[in-house]
Parts: sequence; C-alpha cells; structure tokens
Amino acid sequence: MKDVQFLHLVVNGAAHDIAAPPGRRLSAVLRDDLGLTGTKVGCDAGDCGACTVLIGGEPVCACLTPVAQVSGARITTVEGLADGGLQAAFLRHGAAQCGICTPGMLMAAAALLARDPRPDRPAVEDALGGVLCRCTGYGAIVAAVLDAGGDGSTAAPVPAPGAAVGASIPRLDGQAKVAGTERFGADHVPDGALLVRAIRSPHASARFAFGDLARWAAAAPGRVHVLTAADIPGENRFSTIPAFRDQPALAETHVRMRGEAVALVAGPAPLIEALDLGDFPVEWTPEAPLEDVAAARLAGAARIHSRREGNLLIEGKVRCGDAEGALKDAPVTAAAAVETSYVEHAYIEPEAGAAWMEGAVLAIRACTQAPMMDRDDTARVLGLPPERVRIVPAATGGGFGSKLDLSLQPLLGLVTLRTGQPSRMVYSRRESMASTTKRHPAKMTARAGADRAGRLTAMRFDGDFDTGAYSSWGPTVAVRVPVHASGPYRVANYHAEARAVHTNGPVSGAFRGFGVPQAAVLQETLFDDLALAAGIDRLEFRRINALRDGDRSVCGQQLFGVGIGQCLDALAEPWAVALRDAAQANAKDGALRRGVGIAACWYGCGNTALPNPSTVRVGITPAGRLRLHQGAMDIGQGANTVIAQICADALGVPVDAFELVGPDTALTPDCGKTSASRQTFITGKAALLAGSALRAGILALTNMGEDARIAPLPGALRVSDGRQSRDIALGELPVDANGYVLAAEESYDPPTAALDENGQGSPYAVYGYGAQVAEIQVDTRLGTVKVRRITAAHDVGRAINPALAKGQIEGGIAQGLGMALMEEYLPGRTDNLHDYLIPTVGDMPEIRSILIEKTDPEGPYGAKGLGEHVLIPTAPAILNAIRHATGARIGRLPALPHRVRAAIRAAPERPGGHAP
Amino acid sequence: MDVYHRPETLQDALALLNGTALTVAAGCTDLFPATPAQELAGQVLDITAIAALRGIDEGADGWRLGAATTWSDILRASLPPAFDMLKQAAREVGSVQIQNAGTIAGNICNASPAADGVPPLLALDAAVELASSTGTRRLALCDFLTGVRQTALRPGEMVTAIEVPRASGAGCSRFLKLGARKYLVISIASVAVRVVAPAGRVEGAALAVGACSPVPLRLTALEQRLCGRAPDDLPDAVDDAAIAGALSPISDIRADAAYRAAAAAELLRRALGDIADGAAG
Repeated sequence: MKDVQFLHLVVNGAAHDIAAPPGRRLSAVLRDDLGLTGTKVGCDAGDCGACTVLIGGEPVCACLTPVAQVSGARITTVEGLADGGLQAAFLRHGAAQCGICTPGMLMAAAALLARDPRPDRPAVEDALGGVLCRCTGYGAIVAAVLDAGGDGSTAAPVPAPGAAVGASIPRLDGQAKVAGTERFGADHVPDGALLVRAIRSPHASARFAFGDLARWAAAAPGRVHVLTAADIPGENRFSTIPAFRDQPALAETHVRMRGEAVALVAGPAPLIEALDLGDFPVEWTPEAPLEDVAAARLAGAARIHSRREGNLLIEGKVRCGDAEGALKDAPVTAAAAVETSYVEHAYIEPEAGAAWMEGAVLAIRACTQAPMMDRDDTARVLGLPPERVRIVPAATGGGFGSKLDLSLQPLLGLVTLRTGQPSRMVYSRRESMASTTKRHPAKMTARAGADRAGRLTAMRFDGDFDTGAYSSWGPTVAVRVPVHASGPYRVANYHAEARAVHTNGPVSGAFRGFGVPQAAVLQETLFDDLALAAGIDRLEFRRINALRDGDRSVCGQQLFGVGIGQCLDALAEPWAVALRDAAQANAKDGALRRGVGIAACWYGCGNTALPNPSTVRVGITPAGRLRLHQGAMDIGQGANTVIAQICADALGVPVDAFELVGPDTALTPDCGKTSASRQTFITGKAALLAGSALRAGILALTNMGEDARIAPLPGALRVSDGRQSRDIALGELPVDANGYVLAAEESYDPPTAALDENGQGSPYAVYGYGAQVAEIQVDTRLGTVKVRRITAAHDVGRAINPALAKGQIEGGIAQGLGMALMEEYLPGRTDNLHDYLIPTVGDMPEIRSILIEKTDPEGPYGAKGLGEHVLIPTAPAILNAIRHATGARIGRLPALPHRVRAAIRAAPERPGGHAP
Repeated sequence: MDVYHRPETLQDALALLNGTALTVAAGCTDLFPATPAQELAGQVLDITAIAALRGIDEGADGWRLGAATTWSDILRASLPPAFDMLKQAAREVGSVQIQNAGTIAGNICNASPAADGVPPLLALDAAVELASSTGTRRLALCDFLTGVRQTALRPGEMVTAIEVPRASGAGCSRFLKLGARKYLVISIASVAVRVVAPAGRVEGAALAVGACSPVPLRLTALEQRLCGRAPDDLPDAVDDAAIAGALSPISDIRADAAYRAAAAAELLRRALGDIADGAAG
C-alpha cells in the first residue's frame, strides 16, 4: 500500500497541489501528474541527465529527486525557460538533432548562463558534462551555449525558390525540439491506456514453463491481463529480412538470449507499476549458453536454430584475381588481427510507444526507423492483413540502426488487440539495453601485400561476426563486409569472407555501418603496417591506392563520382601540420606522447544489390496548400529538412511552402527504412522526381516555359515568367482520391546488379567516401588517450544542407571515438549508462569538417548518402595515431586504458621513433 | 506498507529509527539508481528537511560536516588547503546534477570501493558521528567502512556528521581520479594526498587510494617513508611493488588488477609531484 501525501509544487511559476507518494521520482510527477512531458527520462539513474530540471535555479536530475524534497521549492522545467535566446541559438547552431537530450541540455545550460552570462568553453563543458547526447558529438551544443547571447535570430532567411539545395537552413522540425514540445514515444498516453510490462529471461539460454498464470493474475489487487505466445494470433516469427524470420515476439518454450520476453502483463498503470514481477509464475531450466563464436562453431555445438548447421546464419564472399598467389609474390606484406566488442546504440530515448484501435485498424505510435516494415511485420505476427495496422511514428530519440527492428510494436499491438483497450509501454534503460540489437562483435584477420612503390597488390580478409540469438541484420553485415573490406582502394587480387554466426548473446543487428566500421579498423590499421613496411608516408600510401573515376571495385563494378582522392588531398596539409606539431611536442621527454593517424573509408548507399525503392507524393489541395508526403523517418539526421529542400528546388517553390505529411503508413507512401545512408540519396531522388513531375504538370497546364515561377496562393497557383503571369483557379479542378487537385507521386529504386557466387556485380548505385586525421595524446604510463583534434573530409556529393551534413560528421565521430576508446557491452553486466560508457562533452576533440562535393551522376542534385561513412574512419584513425605515438598496436577494442598500457609495454619500438 | 518520513528535527528522526528498519535517504543518487520503480519503496527516512544536518562548521577542535551536506555545499565552502582534495573530489562526483543532490554521508554509507569522497576523507583522518535514540558514538572512517557496501552502522543508528580534527586541517592536498571518460565516470583508481611540509621538509603525510581494495586504504608505510624528505623528492619515494603489495585490486569491466595497482602508484607520484610544484590548489 502506498503512502500518499498532499504536496504543493511550484513549477514554472504555477502552483500545483497534488496528491502523490512523497518518495516518487519528480520526473514521474512532472510527466504523469502535471503533463509536463518536456522533461525526458533516459535512464532513471542520473546517468544521462535528460531529465535535468532546476530546483531553486540549480540543476538536478528529476529522476533522482523524491518529490517530497521539492515541495514548496521553485521548480523550472524546459516548458518554463524564460529566455528564448538559448533555444534560438540551439536552432541556429543545429544543436538539436533527435531532440531527446535537448531539454536536459537547455536546462543545464540555463543554470550556467543565469550565473555566468558569458561563460568560457571549459565552464560550458563542466555545466553540460552531466547530460549525454548520442547524436551531435556535442560541438554544436557547446557552440550554441557560447552564442546564447547572440542576436536571438533563428537563422538566415528562407532561401529563394531554387536555392534551397546547398543552403544551411536550420532543421524545419527544430522548433518543437528546442521548445520541449516534441512528442517522443513515451510522451503520448491515450486515455485509459493499459500499462504493459514484459517478463524477460534472466538466462542466455533456457527452457521455461509457466505456472498458474490465472491464479497469479487473480491475486493482484485489480484486473491484470497476462499474455503469452499462446495468445499470439499470427505467425510468431519476425526478422528484418523475410527469408530469415526466426525471432518470436514472445518466446514459446525456450529463450535464446538474456532479456528475451516471454510474457506480458497489462493493466491500469498504478497497479502494473507496483507489481512485483519477481514472483511471476515462470520456471526456468537454464541450459549451457554458447557465449562466443568459437564455442558456437565447435564441432558438436548445440544448434541455436535447428536448421542452421554449425550455427552459421550466412556467409558472404567477394573474390577477384588471385589473392593468395599475389600475396606470395608481394615484396611488402603485412598481417594483422582485430577483435571488437558488442557496441550498444545508447540512444537516449529507450523504446516507448502506445497502441489503440481505430475501428478495425490497430494503430501503433512508437519510435522507429522503419514504419512500413513495422507495419508489415507486426501485422504478420498478429495475424492481420497489413492494411489493418497503422504505424504512426513518434518522434524518435535516436536510432542509429537499432530502431529498424521491431521491439515493442507487436507487444503493444497484442495487448490492444486482445483487450480492445489502448495500451502503452516504456522500456526501462536496462530493458532497452538487454533486449535490443547491438553492433556485431567481430574477430577478424587480414593480410595484404604491396609492391615496392606502395601499390596494393593483394588482400585477404576473414571475419567472424557474432550475430547473437536471432538473424536481424546479420545477413546484411555478412554480405556488406566483404564488399567493403578493401576500403576505397584498388586491389586487383582480393578475397574476403565474412560469416554471421549465432551465439546466445544479444541480437546483433544494424548499427551505423553494418559491420563496415569493424572491418575498417582492421583494414586501415593493416594498411598503416604496409605503408610503414614500404617506407611510404601513410597518407601518400592511401593516395597512391585510392580509387579513381572509372576504376573497378573489388566487386568488378566500375565507379564514377569517386571522391576519396579529393578527401585525401584535402587532408594533406592538415596531416603535414599535425605531424609537425606532434614531432615538436614529442621533442621533450615525458609520459605524454602525441600521435597522428589517418584512416579512409567508403560506403555503399542503400540495400546491397536488393531493391529498396522510395515513393514520394506531393500535392496541392483545392485551398492551395502544398503538401509533401515525406515518408523518410527523421530520427535526428534531418530527412524532414533535406527531402523538403530537394523537392522545393525541383518544384521551384520556397522550402517553407510545404506542409510535411507523415511518416504515417496511413498517409504516406513507403520511403523504406532510415538506414544504409539511403534517405538523402533514394528518397531524395524520389522527391526530386515528384517535385519535377508536379512542376512539369503545372507548366503544361499553363503553357509556360521551363524558367517559370510557381507561387502557391490561397485557392490558386500563380505561374509567371518574365513576360506573363497566369493563375490556376484550384477550386475548379477535379480532386483526386488523396484530396489533391494537382499532384505527383514518383518512385525511385537505385539501379544495382546482383552479386554472383564470387561477389561480383554492382551492389550499390552510389558510394560515399571519407577520410579523417586524428591527433591524439597518449599518457604512456596510464594508457589513457585524449583525442585532441579530428580533421574529417567527407565526400557527400552535393551537400544538400551543409550544416546538417557537418552535424552528421560530428555525431559520427563521437560514436567512432566511443567505439575506439570506451564502449564495450557485456550482457548482464553493463545494462546501464554508468557501466556502459559513451563519450561525454569532455571527451570530444575539436572537429574540423571539410565537405567534399564530388557530385554523383545518380544522386539527386549529385548528392550521396553520408550517415554512415562519417563514423567509419574515426576508430582506425585513432588506433593509427596511438601506434604513431607509442608503437603500440591495439588488437582489441575498445582501447581501454589498461589495454593501451599493456600494448605500449608489449610494443617492440620505442616511443617517438616511428616513421611518419 | 510504504511510509515516507521527512522529519524536521534530528530527535524525531532518531525516534523513528528506534525499533524500525528504515532506509535513510538524502540525495537519493544511489537509492534511485538501485530500483527500477518510480518510487522509493518500503519505510524511508528522508533526512534532508533537518536543517541541523546540512552545512560545515568550524570549531576549535576542527571541522564538522553535516551528514546531508552536498558536494556542491563543499565546493562553495571556505576551507583550508588541506581540504582542496575533498573539493577536487567533489567536483568529480558524477556531474553537477549529482553534486547538487548527493551528500557526503550518503557517499560513505553507500560504501562503494570507488567512492570519490572516501580517499580525501581518509587522508583528513575523518571520523564519523553516529547517533541513535540511545546516544552518540564516533568511529574513525576507516573503522566505519568494513567492506564492499558494508559499514559499522548499527540498527537504529544514522550518520549525523563527518568530523575532521583540527590537526588534519594542515598541509596541502591533491585528489586525482582516473576513469575511462571525463564526466560521469566511476573511478578505475583514485588517490588523495595531503602533505604537511612547513619548512621544506615533510613533517606529515596522509595518502589514500580508492577503487583498489574493498575499502579505500591509507598507505601508512609510505606515509612514514615520506617524512623528512623534501617535497621535490616525494614522487621518487613511491615504489610500485610496495603499492601493489598494500592494495588488493580486482579485475572488472573497467580495468584489470595489475593495471589498477600500477595506475595507483603513478597517480600517487603525480599527486605528490603536483604538491611539490604548488599546483595542488
């Protein structure tokens, strides 16, 4: 029974008298009792700071504050931020990407600025150190706080028609993010919604049986629904790739990983919240888990899935020339091995959502990266035709690949379908980390050879990727890695294989790069070995071998629009300066050694040799409203803005002329998933085609020339060129099924060619390229690494929005830095954000971004994807810099201090004595 | 049944504690992370409304830090250089948000081997004042902390203050923390060092190491070896093998045992070097 007291709260100047348990978290009271959902909850442990509010002007975590302690105190939340200058600066600097950490950042910054209106950078970093951001890399946030006293304007004026592409406009959906009014998965609670909690496995492998569920439910002081796999009406198997469906929404008789759900309980929120799930009647019979790839591949190992022999999910291969023969003949060779860890996406928003019935249609509103896939897979699990499921994506507080997979969608759907009542579910941080996908741990070996002039002649790559309990994106990783493991270089004799192997670990799925970042760690450190062995400058070695227009990739694909050479050229001067600076600093003795590293990358945009179309609709209503059905899920990367910019220029209207519709599977055509750096390229191209088609239709209607201007007016459309002007009276035109008098809908699917048995073909229509120089300092006695600066040159093709592109680069670098230096997910041991570390504001280096705009013949306005290649070079560049500084070769990520120190002590060379 | 008490006097708090098992709550920065629930469950005694338990008083015998004094309070307090290490530790406790809520007594009662506050308090020879309805007793901090997450707190007792004797307010001090990232990080190892050298010779030294043993430890043998030396010579007196012998670090997700011992020795050298350089402030 609860102790409820009457409390007097003063929030944002308004008095509230509420009855609440005095020991309740202030965050819960603000959100649930007062409806102030601007305060976000990311961890309930003080680790992420998203819930930061001010008590008497001082920042605290609302999740750690018993409400009794603030009775009568002055509480300020993001809704009560008085001065708009700070928020305007956040918008201006692109400091909000997904927006989930933004309220916490704003509050922490506001407390600082109230005390010190003109803080310096260290003061800003100290003030923001308690709030984690996974999107931005923090640089834009720090810049915004330093500039909070700026002119208060949000941005430059809206670009003229035709000038949107290439303009650094602030994100079109940014206002709600900085106001704290953006509605994420947990922020919408339908009236009367049942709260849903899952019973999850504490074992990595176990059989289980339920006891008397009805009796357990009946013992609760109220109506509790209990649902298990037996209640699932459809096919209880899903996967992101239909051919590999193997994951149950609720396990049936045995579990294959920790955190796997076996049952749901649902009921009124206070009742469900208070339930002790520890006495839920389930009996586990643990079995010996296969904990790593070596155990899973042993002859005689148990099969995690009965039809997958040797626990092999799939194998990918790319082969050209004679790698072994050429390696034998190569005068310069090198060999290396690298092992990487599970990496957690650690978006600040744990999975959350709600479901309700709209007549016969089941509506699910949850965070996601792939609304249409959610719809189809949830429908199949629930035995519904797809049109009876509607996915209404919530604002999504970061995804990075993990929110491509189903999580709570079928669970919410099941509860609402079975009970007829609305439901909601919010994963705890532990639940999110334990049950959702990770980056594949990889064990990789490689050998490579070059001639004496430094020209690569051969490469052999072999990798085992731990794909965990279920398939998810394992097939994609296994196929993508061999295609990319050459890096952006000419290698005539190449043989790469990658296997996705099941274990009883967490499901490994998509995480920014689909295995390519792991492969690049090995390949780029190996190429440093080759350069050193050949006595060639490491940047020069890469320039010698970089792919050029017209070259063929290891898949035999002839490439155009290849920008890696320009990326490397752009880094030549920063590289030389960095080497000189490091040598100068290292001239004096001491424990601190500077190092400089370089790494390059490439990334094929879109699905690997598989169709992945996007469809964009743009229409004009009889009233003259211009609507863009933008189905590319914006998880912070900026699709809502970039796609609108492309369509605006194609149609010839200002970018703010559009009303954006969707993504919503009931309202928006399918734009596929937000993954594989595909949205700017593929949905962008569909938007270009749709905008152009609508323009052509309008011009045909008015007989105007190509250069005519189109201006939406109330009820009319004015079309004018230099000589004449005509108004189209929209009310007189017939209305189509979508409510438009003028409309266009266009699809685009990138041209690819299937890979043959040797991985030869044209897997992608467009590639992005990048290279980064990392300047670091190693404390050789403690093994700690401080990244001082990263200079990043990325070929994004035409930069549709340079500011957003730079935001992607900075965020990608932050994740790459984390992967290099601190991130290691250990199932059952690091299911929180204090044992699992991601970079804080104080861990980020200065970042200098260089946008290379080598236009692509296929991409819209020449654009390429960039979401993933921004991350790939960071970790290998840091490792190469550590080696440059100390001679230490890191074979295992992350490079935690004890590993770095051990590697330094094992290094053959003496610090400071290395080739440049 | 859940009951949440928030008395305004110590007398009331001690009366409540008498005979009832209560969870004493202050900043809640350890209590809330330990539960997935939205409320603190069971019988809770919130001591943050007791004004007498918060703040720092200086008296003839030394300093008295009220149990509910927050890390931010400590950072703002006017204290002699011997307390610099405590302030430096305060600045490293979690984040500003945590420093505004977390309390000094909470830090020692939580009894984490990696508690940031403990090494400086050990190096200040701190004592813990414990009160119950039947009386008050004092324990040296090193006796109060009995193991990983274990203290000498008896049923019916609560910590009311941390006391630092006048004599321990002498000297210069330095705290260093090693973690895998800048903010919001649990120590791999930490050291607190206080050196009294009024005339260019060390007359007294207090050295403590955190996160390298079940309870943070004073290194008394090394302290004795430092006496009589010039401040500049102190780092050289730190012997890796001796440090490793005194500590009993574990291998965990943050670091391995051998690394911890070596890092502790290195941090001690640096802290002592900083004091010699006068950079300790």
